[in-house]
Amino acid sequence: MPADPRDRGGPAQPLLLVNNLRKHFPVRGGLLNRKVATVQAVDDVSFSLLKGETLGIVGESGCGKSTTARLLMRLIEPDAGDVVFDGDAVGDRHGITVNAMRRQMQMVFQDSYSSLNPRMTMAESIAYAPRMHGVPAKESLARAQDLLAEVGLNPRQYSRRYPHELSGGQRQRVNIARALALEPRLVILDEAVSALDKSIEAQVLNLLAELKARFNLTYLFISHDLNVVEYVSDRVLVMYLGRVVETGSVESIYARPRHPYTRALFASKPTLDPDRRTTEMPLTGDPPNPINPPSGCRFRTRCAFAQTVCAEFVPRLAPPLDGEDATVSHLVACHLPHAQQVRHA
Amino acid sequence: MPDSIPPESPVLRVEDLTVRFRRRNIDVAAVNGVSFALARGETLTILGESGSGKSVSLKALMGLLPDYAKIEGRVWLDGRSVLDMSTAELAKLRGGAISMIFQEPMAALDPVYTIGEQIAETIVQHEGVGRATAMQRALDLLDHVKIPSAARRLKSYPHEMSGGMRQRAMIALALACSPSVLLADEPTTALDVTVQIQILLLLRQLQQELGMAIVFVTHDVGAAAEISDRIAVMYAGRFVETATAREIMRTPRHPYTQGLLASTVHGGLRGRVLETIQGAPPNLAHLPPGCAFAPRCRYATELCTHGEVPVTMSPTGAMVRCVRAVPVPAQEVSA
Repeated sequence: MPADPRDRGGPAQPLLLVNNLRKHFPVRGGLLNRKVATVQAVDDVSFSLLKGETLGIVGESGCGKSTTARLLMRLIEPDAGDVVFDGDAVGDRHGITVNAMRRQMQMVFQDSYSSLNPRMTMAESIAYAPRMHGVPAKESLARAQDLLAEVGLNPRQYSRRYPHELSGGQRQRVNIARALALEPRLVILDEAVSALDKSIEAQVLNLLAELKARFNLTYLFISHDLNVVEYVSDRVLVMYLGRVVETGSVESIYARPRHPYTRALFASKPTLDPDRRTTEMPLTGDPPNPINPPSGCRFRTRCAFAQTVCAEFVPRLAPPLDGEDATVSHLVACHLPHAQQVRHA
Repeated sequence: MPDSIPPESPVLRVEDLTVRFRRRNIDVAAVNGVSFALARGETLTILGESGSGKSVSLKALMGLLPDYAKIEGRVWLDGRSVLDMSTAELAKLRGGAISMIFQEPMAALDPVYTIGEQIAETIVQHEGVGRATAMQRALDLLDHVKIPSAARRLKSYPHEMSGGMRQRAMIALALACSPSVLLADEPTTALDVTVQIQILLLLRQLQQELGMAIVFVTHDVGAAAEISDRIAVMYAGRFVETATAREIMRTPRHPYTQGLLASTVHGGLRGRVLETIQGAPPNLAHLPPGCAFAPRCRYATELCTHGEVPVTMSPTGAMVRCVRAVPVPAQEVSA
């Protein structure tokens, strides 16, 4: 693999380091529109993203996975925490600016239609960001044509079309092309294939794998779909109500999930086998409201193993006590070692 | 058609249902000849991608399509012809003998009435019982669909409930008058996985207790495998294959079914290029002649584009609509 001239710290330095990221949204109401509550959307989230890997983030609605993506892109300002991109602290006097980071970090959203300007042709949409970053108009349009070809759309046929003239799968290809227009090193895919039909989803996943190899990309892949995350990821981060509950290599997490929530999540996956149907509910009820979440471990209200300690202290991410996966840096945030040792059938 | 139907006959029979949407110069052929029979207590899943006509078929059965939809064919529910009914008869039928649940419960529930009032109103309308009796029945129904602290929830408005609980409330509303057929239009699609499995298990259990038949519409192979007795795979307004859930999952025969299962991602495929179905579904305003899947089919020959595709029935009752009706090499599908 040819060395990327932008690669500063060498292959061992993480492309992205996230430390104690936090975002609480105030809920306003009442007569004077005062703050009445807080949504703890992202609370003390830390992780690293290695060069060339795909890190999957899974979790249910309200777990903070999309907020995390938006915080990384600085589409919203974090309350606390810092982000280091290839050794440079983002927004720091001695680091790089948010703009400089965005040139290297791009994002693809779930809704392929609302993420494109309806009045711009496909080529204009793709060329827009490079133009804003100072590439001459002619050159940026020529690059847009090349990118359309890269994502499998014939430029002569598609470059002058408008978003409403394309199918969902084609629009998502355009969104991917647009994300690549600035030649980023990191692409955040936030439920990027979730709205597509299965036969189209497979096409786009294949495309993402090709592009990753061809452009030497690193992916942060956010999805609620456990099967898709297992297929694409090297490492996985499991989130619940704004916190990371478990992280590790995809093999380790899927073969031996330790956190009671991760286990319940996997047990909820349809089996695809009519002879081995699920017969017991892994969890009851919905995820609680992230407004005023439970104290201590946020999962304790739905956890079958919860004890008093779970309400009193926030569990920290630590290697599992059975120590079997110590070499693959599997971390779990759970107080209860006995719960962790229950084998995942 | 005979007026009285013998007891062993299906609760719902659909014959050659077609739906076309005609407006000005557009003519969309949404459903192109769907036929099936549903036994009492059976679950049939209609599995298809967006635009395959699965939801339109369901709405046609309930008489829920707009006026410009042109519906043909025959629909028999408990021996009565649904498509010949007057508006008043249809209103009596809906929520009575046949009822429907949707993907988005907020669309089915009225935001300005409590859950209890809505369920009770349905019971009063259909059965003419008193309000107090109806409220008691509503309470029992909420218990039945396992809504915690049902008595309190009876007085809740839809917006005060979580997504999964609203879905349960909508199911309770649909079951209020013990329908013989429940139509379920993607009821688990918008839910989180841990809630999705709860709703699937609930539907399975309610069906066993109440003996109703279910037509379950979904694009999710996993949900289909979890709930169905039989699966009908729909493409471009037609059933291309119908068989038991086991047969569909283990030995799919139609190339589209095979492609759909092969492109369903699971972890076992890690590191491999996914098998895909080339291209995209056809435009329903300009369907190709012959088999609508032919332009995307890897086995397509000239035979496929000439005239109607013959239907082949197997001894087990499975149907496949493909010119290569001799069983194609079966692919094992595992989780």
